[in-house]
Amino acid sequence: MHKLLLDSPGKEMLLLGNEAIVRGAIEAGIAVATCYPGTPSSEIPDTFFTLYQEGGFYFEYSTNEKVALEVASGAAVSGVRSIVSMKHVGMNVASDALMTMAYLGVNGGMVIINADDPSLFSSQNEQDNRYFSRLSGLPMLEPINAQEMKDMTISAFDLSEKLKLPVILRTTTRLNHIRERVIFGPIKDKPKKGYFKKDPFHYVAIPAVSRNLHKTLLQKYDEALKLSENSEYNSIKGKGKWGIVANGVSVNYVQDAVEDLGIGNDAAILRMGFSYPLPNDIILKFLNSVEKVLVVEELEPIMENEIRSIAQSNGINVSIKGKGGRLFTRLYEFDPGLVRKAIASYFGVNDTSPVKIDISNIPDLPGRPPNLCPGCPHRAMYYSIKKVYGEDAIYPSDIGCYTLGVLPPLSMADIVICMGASAGSACGISAATDQKVVAFIGDSTFFHSGIPPLINAVHNNHKFTLVILDNGTTAMTGHQPHPGVDTDPLGVKTKQISIESVVRGCGVEHVEVVNPLQIKKSISAAQAAKDFDGVSVIISKEICPLYAKSIKRAKKTRPFYVNQDKCTHHMDCINYLACPAMYIDNGKTMINQNLCIGCAVCAQVCPENAILPIKDA
Amino acid sequence: MEVTRIVFVGVGGQGNLLASRLVGEACISANVPVVVSEIHGMAQRGGIVESAVVMGGATSPIVSDGEADILIGFEPSETLRALNKCNKNTVVISNIRPLPPFTVAIGQGVYPDMNKGLDLVKHSVATLIAFDGDALAEKAGNSLSLNMVMLGALVGCKATPLKEEWIKKAIENTTKKAFLDSNMQAFDFGVAAARVG
Repeated sequence: MHKLLLDSPGKEMLLLGNEAIVRGAIEAGIAVATCYPGTPSSEIPDTFFTLYQEGGFYFEYSTNEKVALEVASGAAVSGVRSIVSMKHVGMNVASDALMTMAYLGVNGGMVIINADDPSLFSSQNEQDNRYFSRLSGLPMLEPINAQEMKDMTISAFDLSEKLKLPVILRTTTRLNHIRERVIFGPIKDKPKKGYFKKDPFHYVAIPAVSRNLHKTLLQKYDEALKLSENSEYNSIKGKGKWGIVANGVSVNYVQDAVEDLGIGNDAAILRMGFSYPLPNDIILKFLNSVEKVLVVEELEPIMENEIRSIAQSNGINVSIKGKGGRLFTRLYEFDPGLVRKAIASYFGVNDTSPVKIDISNIPDLPGRPPNLCPGCPHRAMYYSIKKVYGEDAIYPSDIGCYTLGVLPPLSMADIVICMGASAGSACGISAATDQKVVAFIGDSTFFHSGIPPLINAVHNNHKFTLVILDNGTTAMTGHQPHPGVDTDPLGVKTKQISIESVVRGCGVEHVEVVNPLQIKKSISAAQAAKDFDGVSVIISKEICPLYAKSIKRAKKTRPFYVNQDKCTHHMDCINYLACPAMYIDNGKTMINQNLCIGCAVCAQVCPENAILPIKDA
Repeated sequence: MEVTRIVFVGVGGQGNLLASRLVGEACISANVPVVVSEIHGMAQRGGIVESAVVMGGATSPIVSDGEADILIGFEPSETLRALNKCNKNTVVISNIRPLPPFTVAIGQGVYPDMNKGLDLVKHSVATLIAFDGDALAEKAGNSLSLNMVMLGALVGCKATPLKEEWIKKAIENTTKKAFLDSNMQAFDFGVAAARVG
């Protein structure tokens, strides 16, 4: 049996934060788990995926976050425990369902795992999703370490069933990707099958019903507030004239700073774990016990403003600083040193931080941005499209590995907004300008949210080309399956939805499927698409080589080399492809045989036919 | 217990996430408080991969600028890039085999003079232990065992409470049988390299 499924209370394991959440869900006796993958949340579904058959619960990679939340909602109203995970921007997609699920409420516990990404390690923005609890009225829990990620997941289910509301568990990248000791608890035996009891005047959100449901939601707020006042996750640690309030991973930075600065006898820490609704009475008590308060929270000054409002309503005149007072910024994640410095400065104690060495003499270092892999089919398609459409066409792109094509020399992304926006923004650019437009979207992203804008484009007579980069997997987030694949990574057969049929079904009249590694054919497909008056679609179909390798479907190929006798230094291979397997050594173009996977694209690009497969490899 | 803060830097594919995880596993089995943190997502796309291990009871999972007790660089230019993590008491362990990024290949950057760079490091921090880790991995019979070499050097440098047998047990528990011997060999070469260095 998989270790995470063992019913062995007291067992200790080093777990990734995301694995700890999964273990919490297992201990809570979940029946249904759904998701759309997205860094930093992806290991949650990927762990569920490895466990679900043995674990006896239902799991799916849903087509997008909204669907994932709806599937979990259907299970929760039917009386079983469900969990849905997504990254912060996924919550935007899911929010339509989220807002009304708060009205409908649940029978079985429902937990929404929301992974924020301060510092934008791999996201398009760093929005603070604590606002979603304020917007929806749903309670929020915020863990501070891996053990709590497990334990709070269970608490969130209990809370959800007590309030009959979905509960949001909010993490940040640092917590998702922490590894710590986690002590297991017992696994609860909860029903795996539910029953949907008809009650249309509760579950059908028409105005007459929802007017009452909104009232119920506000009553639940009062109930949630009481639970927050008594929650073990909202606690005051230590005593002293200085007050520090913190949430999430920052609680660790504060604890360590108080220790490092030796101010344990002067500082009291109010830790907010049940962070919506904020506990009014606890905060009041805290404000009355200290002379000044520092609020330590990454991103937006949400607690700070709410605490200030509590102080104002109660006529308390202590200094409350955080973002206000410029001790902290609203940008990026915090770190221990930054928090220690702010605490030292605000309370007037000596900062004991070690001094960074002088690095001004260190030579300039070449950049090392992430890059498309050797043999990546996206690079090949970018080459062919650029050959036909040139530098002046506008290239809206989307969310995935292929976004890495923004960097020179490929320079094949001119605007990226969010999942599915390549096709939508292409409609606008083609309507508003006379420029040629070629939009790129990945296969998983196409299913996620690329279909409605494509229908929009056809119906409204827009003129552009959409290139669907179909590499048979959701590559960027770790090779999850999507509706367009016939087998999942465990080799289980899945119902495959043909992208080509979907595109034709959307009314697109010009559709061509090409293998991007065949440059001549790809260029002629690009030319035909360009010549078509209307919406044309190219489906660029070739498996992600990393994925092919991991599922042992990689074709046997020979690596290539540059015949130095034939090479006349056009450098087209380097200048247009920039494959990481190629490099220049003493003016000679070379191929690293360990990195080359033999895709043969550079060989087709070389005007001298100087790039050849190694015969005896 | 004294808090020890270790920063690992390398390039996608070099295995530094596994190295930091093994230190975490070793600490758990030896009952040493530990927090490991990783940055995922770009590991297979040739980007920079960073992880951190904080041992000894601090609960913050990351290491601020100037606060690393030990910096382990799996690639020399990445060691230099991460020097902002160091103070004058930091022990720096670095592989000296360059792995130039593709920006150098396409003429967008120049790979720096490593000897000069590492010489600057030597004069700025307490100790620099620099050696050709890839050569040791190759000598151990597995060019992918660089991470084991670097782990060996981490233990060999004696700047942590880590013990050889803790890490060896963690390696045994996680390595496929076919690679166990070469991994152990690579680890031992790393230990020896740090002692000489």
